[in-house]
Amino acid sequence: MAKPKLKAHVINREWCKGCGICVHFCPKNVLELDDTDKVFAARRSDCICCKMCELRCPDLAIEIETEQDD
Amino acid sequence: MKNKNIKFVQGNEVCVEGALYAGLDFFAGYPITPSTEIAELLSYRLPQKGGKFIQMEDEIASMCAIIGASLTGSKVMTATSGPGFSLMQEALGYAIMAEIPCVIVNVQRGGPSTGIPTHVSQGDVNQARWGTHGDHAIVTITASNHQDVFETTVDAFNISETYRTPVILLYDEILGHMRERLLMPEPGELPLVERLRTSVREGVDYHPYLPREDGRLPMSDFGGVHRYNVTGLFHDMWGFPSDNPKIVHGLLRHLVDKIQNNVNQIARYKEYFLEDAECILISYGSSARSANHVVVSRRPRGERLGLLELQTLWPFPYDLVREKCANAKYIVVVEMNMGQIMQEVRKAVDQPEKVFLANRIDGVFITPTNIRDILRLIQGKGV
Amino acid sequence: MAIKDFIRERFFPHIWCPGCGHGIVLNSLLRAIEKLGMSKNEIVVISGIGCSSRISGYVDFHTLHTIHGRALAFATGVKMSLPELNVIVPMGDGDALAIGGNHFIHAARRNIDLTAIVMNNRIYGMTGGQYSPLSGYGILATTAPYMNIDYAFDTVELATAAGASFVARSTTYHVQQLTKILRQAILHEGFSVVEVLSQCPTYFGRKNRAGSAVDMMEYFKNHTTPIGSKAKKDHPDLIERGVFVEKEMSEYCSEYDKIIEKAMKGRT
Repeated sequence: MAKPKLKAHVINREWCKGCGICVHFCPKNVLELDDTDKVFAARRSDCICCKMCELRCPDLAIEIETEQDD
Repeated sequence: MKNKNIKFVQGNEVCVEGALYAGLDFFAGYPITPSTEIAELLSYRLPQKGGKFIQMEDEIASMCAIIGASLTGSKVMTATSGPGFSLMQEALGYAIMAEIPCVIVNVQRGGPSTGIPTHVSQGDVNQARWGTHGDHAIVTITASNHQDVFETTVDAFNISETYRTPVILLYDEILGHMRERLLMPEPGELPLVERLRTSVREGVDYHPYLPREDGRLPMSDFGGVHRYNVTGLFHDMWGFPSDNPKIVHGLLRHLVDKIQNNVNQIARYKEYFLEDAECILISYGSSARSANHVVVSRRPRGERLGLLELQTLWPFPYDLVREKCANAKYIVVVEMNMGQIMQEVRKAVDQPEKVFLANRIDGVFITPTNIRDILRLIQGKGV
Repeated sequence: MAIKDFIRERFFPHIWCPGCGHGIVLNSLLRAIEKLGMSKNEIVVISGIGCSSRISGYVDFHTLHTIHGRALAFATGVKMSLPELNVIVPMGDGDALAIGGNHFIHAARRNIDLTAIVMNNRIYGMTGGQYSPLSGYGILATTAPYMNIDYAFDTVELATAAGASFVARSTTYHVQQLTKILRQAILHEGFSVVEVLSQCPTYFGRKNRAGSAVDMMEYFKNHTTPIGSKAKKDHPDLIERGVFVEKEMSEYCSEYDKIIEKAMKGRT
């Protein structure tokens, strides 16, 4: 199976509560909270699309879109 | 010729026959005297028609289980007595709030607490009315003989389906355990009200809690094409929680009005010699048998006695009682408690001071002699 | 279908606090259901009262939000009346095992095909942080200001002893395992119990200096281990994760069908 290629970090800022779970557990340190405590992809190119942020988000606020998803 | 439709049975058995006639599909219960025979018989009879019986771990669970089963489209019932009825009160309130058709039989015994389990009482009348917390309306019906037990049981199902409400069948130990004749009605002889289901098609917005113009709420069974929410919280027309004051007010009014505005449709009663009665006995349940005996036996001696037998206790038919009692000199409420219905009769009539109580509260059935003695006292004749 | 197709989006963001583990349980549950390929009309979610119980309002299935502790009793009525439905019962620790403890053991004993999820955050969150039967000795709570002196139930042992035919435990940190276990539990024919160690940073965390949601999940990561691992032998205090019980046993509704068959014999 080919490695999934990242298309986008789809972040729902309305739903994100800034708990920081995704930021802390990201294995590649891709994510950060901005000054309004909403998550954003600070180091997008480091993302390996493991989707652990998506799976652990208590607010269903982050989704990793990959080209394989199409 | 032998009529195979004539049975000589216990009242609890009659209740079972009535429930099956009405289309009972699901029963959950817990053993308790003096209602246990209902569970025993249904454990035998229900699977014979493909219905389901389950003995739950307590009465709380029994009440909850029938609510769950009702949501799948089944006609449901539970049966209990005294302490078990106390345990059911919270879930009964849920059924009122979520508008779940279901029938709860309480074969009354003496209380409070464990009380006097194998003896008769009518002490749960007010508990049936106000047992669960919060403002609400409730339907409670009863009967005094086996033919009427059958009919009121069928009617309980009909009312619960019509108004989407729990209905309490408030029988008592004497009715439950006494044996007498029952003439089984033929299929089709008594009208049956079936579950009103929505005609809203799949994909079209269905409002489970939006009453039609006639006040009825068509249901959609769990497992069907409409997925909605059911909750004990105040809720909007989709069933989702709301604390919007308008919605809260509107729902509470609806829950109460759908019963209170239909007092006359729900009211069941029987009357004997009321036209010229100077003294009207008001009674219900098994005590109405003794009251009736007094009336029928004293009439030939010229005593102008009459009997108003109430079958619907809640919503209490205040207007009916006021009209029927307008010309009476005395009104004597015959019941086996400390005057629970007497209080309502006093509220109903123009002169509460002419309402008296003939009761027994010692676990012993009230006899015609007991009633006669009290009538003599009221009339100043001594015992 | 994407997991968004299984939620009622108009009620999001949900009411749970930032970092609440219950949202992660919801997330895993939706993924487990997504993989099952069932129709939404075949699924019923029944909950009681508490933070955990709000889960039913957020999912687009037939949903029944009941009274405190009694969700399994309602579920028993739904399932028995219409056994073809898949009935999932998410509960909190107090809901499932304090007020609902009796229904829990009896549903397990009957082996009725329900999926019970115990979202265990060791506290009553909705009422503001009182101790629950899963808090355990030494814990602080608003009703245990000095210290809790109750011992906790072990949900897995309790469920096993009561007769549940599928018993598992995972945590909100181990989301892949959790999703897999939830899927197995739903597919299992019989009473399934899944205990999920879940974090309540707002009340349990703050009262017990357990840190943030992240710290509490780190704790789940570092203080749990797969069943029968070597680590468990070396560190007996580790909490085991995985499927503890999975056995084939006759299921209650199927047994009742046989009763119906027996009762109907010679009658039609």
